[in-house]
Amino acid sequence: MADEAPASASRVDLVRALRATALTALLAFGLFLPLIAFRTVQDIRGELILETRWPLLFTLVGIVAAVRFVHELVIAPWRARRALRPAREPGAAARAVEKISPWARPFLLGFVIVYPVLALALAGPQGAAKWIDNFGIQILIYVMLAWGLNIVVGLAGLLDLGYVAFYAVGAYAYALLAKTFGLSFWILLPLAGCLAAFWGILLGFPVLRLRGDYLAIVTMAFGEIMRLVLINWVSLTNGYAGISGIPRPTFFGLPFTAADDGFAATLGVEFSPIHRLIFLYYLILGLALFTAAITVRLRRLPVGRAWEALREDEIACRALGINTTNTKLTAFAMGAMFAGFAGSFFATRQGFISPESFTFMESAVIVAMVVLGGMGSQIGVAIAAVIMIGGTEIMRELDVLKAVFGADFDPTQYRMLLFGFAMVLIMIWKPRGLIATREPSVFLEERKAVSRALVREGHG
Amino acid sequence: MEVFVQQLINGITLGSIYGLIAIGYTMVFGIIGMVNFAHGDVFMVSAFIALVALLILTTWIGIGSIVLALLIVLIVSMTFTALVNWTIERVAYRPLRGSFRLAPLISAIGMSIFLSNFVQVAQGPRNKSIPPLFGEVITVMSGNGYDVTLSYNQIAIWIVTAVLLGAFWFLVSKTALGRAQRACEQDQKMAALVGIDVDRTISITFVIAAALAAVAGTMYLVYYGVVSFADGFTPGVKAFTAAVLGGIGSLPGAVIGGLLIGLVETMWSAYFSIDYKDVAAFSILVITMIFLPQGILGRPEVEKV
Repeated sequence: MADEAPASASRVDLVRALRATALTALLAFGLFLPLIAFRTVQDIRGELILETRWPLLFTLVGIVAAVRFVHELVIAPWRARRALRPAREPGAAARAVEKISPWARPFLLGFVIVYPVLALALAGPQGAAKWIDNFGIQILIYVMLAWGLNIVVGLAGLLDLGYVAFYAVGAYAYALLAKTFGLSFWILLPLAGCLAAFWGILLGFPVLRLRGDYLAIVTMAFGEIMRLVLINWVSLTNGYAGISGIPRPTFFGLPFTAADDGFAATLGVEFSPIHRLIFLYYLILGLALFTAAITVRLRRLPVGRAWEALREDEIACRALGINTTNTKLTAFAMGAMFAGFAGSFFATRQGFISPESFTFMESAVIVAMVVLGGMGSQIGVAIAAVIMIGGTEIMRELDVLKAVFGADFDPTQYRMLLFGFAMVLIMIWKPRGLIATREPSVFLEERKAVSRALVREGHG
Repeated sequence: MEVFVQQLINGITLGSIYGLIAIGYTMVFGIIGMVNFAHGDVFMVSAFIALVALLILTTWIGIGSIVLALLIVLIVSMTFTALVNWTIERVAYRPLRGSFRLAPLISAIGMSIFLSNFVQVAQGPRNKSIPPLFGEVITVMSGNGYDVTLSYNQIAIWIVTAVLLGAFWFLVSKTALGRAQRACEQDQKMAALVGIDVDRTISITFVIAAALAAVAGTMYLVYYGVVSFADGFTPGVKAFTAAVLGGIGSLPGAVIGGLLIGLVETMWSAYFSIDYKDVAAFSILVITMIFLPQGILGRPEVEKV
């Protein structure tokens, strides 16, 4: 008898798993039937006709069913068993993490500083351009934006879905002022930051009474209004066509050209376009680290503490006599200022800007980085930015997939698709983000991180 | 005057579409307190499902009666879109219920990105246009060399919207299901204690929201004759504006808000600048949120410690 029981139990499990798999397959069939099995294409006369893709439909349904089957038979029982086990003390892995974590920050910092040198050494001057530009600079722009937004969302707890508006203010401010008045990057950088901060206060004022989702929606509307104005105010912004020919950055007056007064000629080295990329890399690295340093310092100032108190409980804040209006406005202005810096860097790096770069999707991506990384955690946010932007950039490079799926397979198409899917998955897996523990900025006797279980946001 | 009447007709048509989407936002917000960011994209998906169904009926089967075809398209689109939204709720929102405030919102944004890119990959990035279904128009009045016309499309949209709203109102106010929904809106725990299956009620809410969005999607396709994968965002935000304007959580409010937004948009296009019509709609959203956060028919939110 004793031997039979597990056998019958596993048979029941199998039957149940098969039933679940069948239901999932049916559901997947229903979901994919209209838009996967049929594809609308234009024929020669420009009329829409339908093509069918039954093999693709059945492949997808098969994949979904297989995933469900494995989940039911292997993963679900394993998780159930694990849940039954008594909670253990932090294991060896957790202790190891604790041991290396003081070293992690200097190590990462060292890595990002030598990164261009490494790229040059490993990939050569030709190959390194891609690694420095697409990966290094691109990722660092987003890290900086995410750190800037982290002040608003992570520290002050104000969900801002229109952050990209301030990025646009910075970019357009730089582009227009540099083109019209010929001012240099170093003058315009603080100016663009100030303008963006000004806009932050301007847009922050009316929305101060709102909270949570409402605030998110209003800031999103502001972001969209900004973009629509940029599109339609053609006399100033040149509309959809954008602004091109924005002055490129110079090395404190030395342009990165092959000319005699250029950077290379002055220093007596051979001209190479990679010089500019390396300069841009260190520029954005400096800006990003500046953002991080300011944020870390601000957290210890009264205003930073007020931000975090506001995030945890607004009513308690008011009861304690914190001026919530000023606190929220400073958070908005600080966040916007860093977006303005990033925007002017973006403009000088691209040499061309158009409203297409400042869509709602950008805002959503930056917010996603902050939330997925763990609101308020600098390292977590940076990791999320690296994973999300680096991951999607790597999709461009995966020629391996072409061998698997055929030559006309274009991995870049699936970038945003996977991106959205990953956002949902990470939220389900870790709703509080990758690093959800809170590091206190003031403590008694011993510094202890606040575990995620104790973190509770108010309705900020 | 003639221009005004014409824009009134157009505005009510557009407003009906917005109103139908807005009900989805307002119902979901009412019951689980989240802004379903992906709802605009569900609307877009439904328009694509309607497009495929319409093409099957007209080019493969060759159905003669347009009214019959439209009816079948409507039912097909409602069914499949409901399935899609049911799955979304099950996969992306239910695991996050009771989690912290921003989690479902981020999940919904992810879902929204996923849906629009899914359609882009599956159906291609181009605009899909269909020939107009009803060519004829009725001239309502004319003067100053300007004919005010009412197309069969518009009449169809009005009738379908009115009939569905009637049915929907009946469902919510007179049936056991509607009672369960209202109970869950007020207090989920208490509703569960008195024997209401809260999960099921929430699922059904998403299904109804999707079905109404599918009606709007089909109408959008028939009215404009063109749809693209990026069409979910702007109508979605405008419908959300409508829901907020009417008072989020209030069903008649959503319809009134939808009609107002539709009217403002068409009037603005006619009398001011067509380029800035979206700016007008978004500005209404901002102004409502700031000065009238509870909306026209909503209840003011009470702050509790």
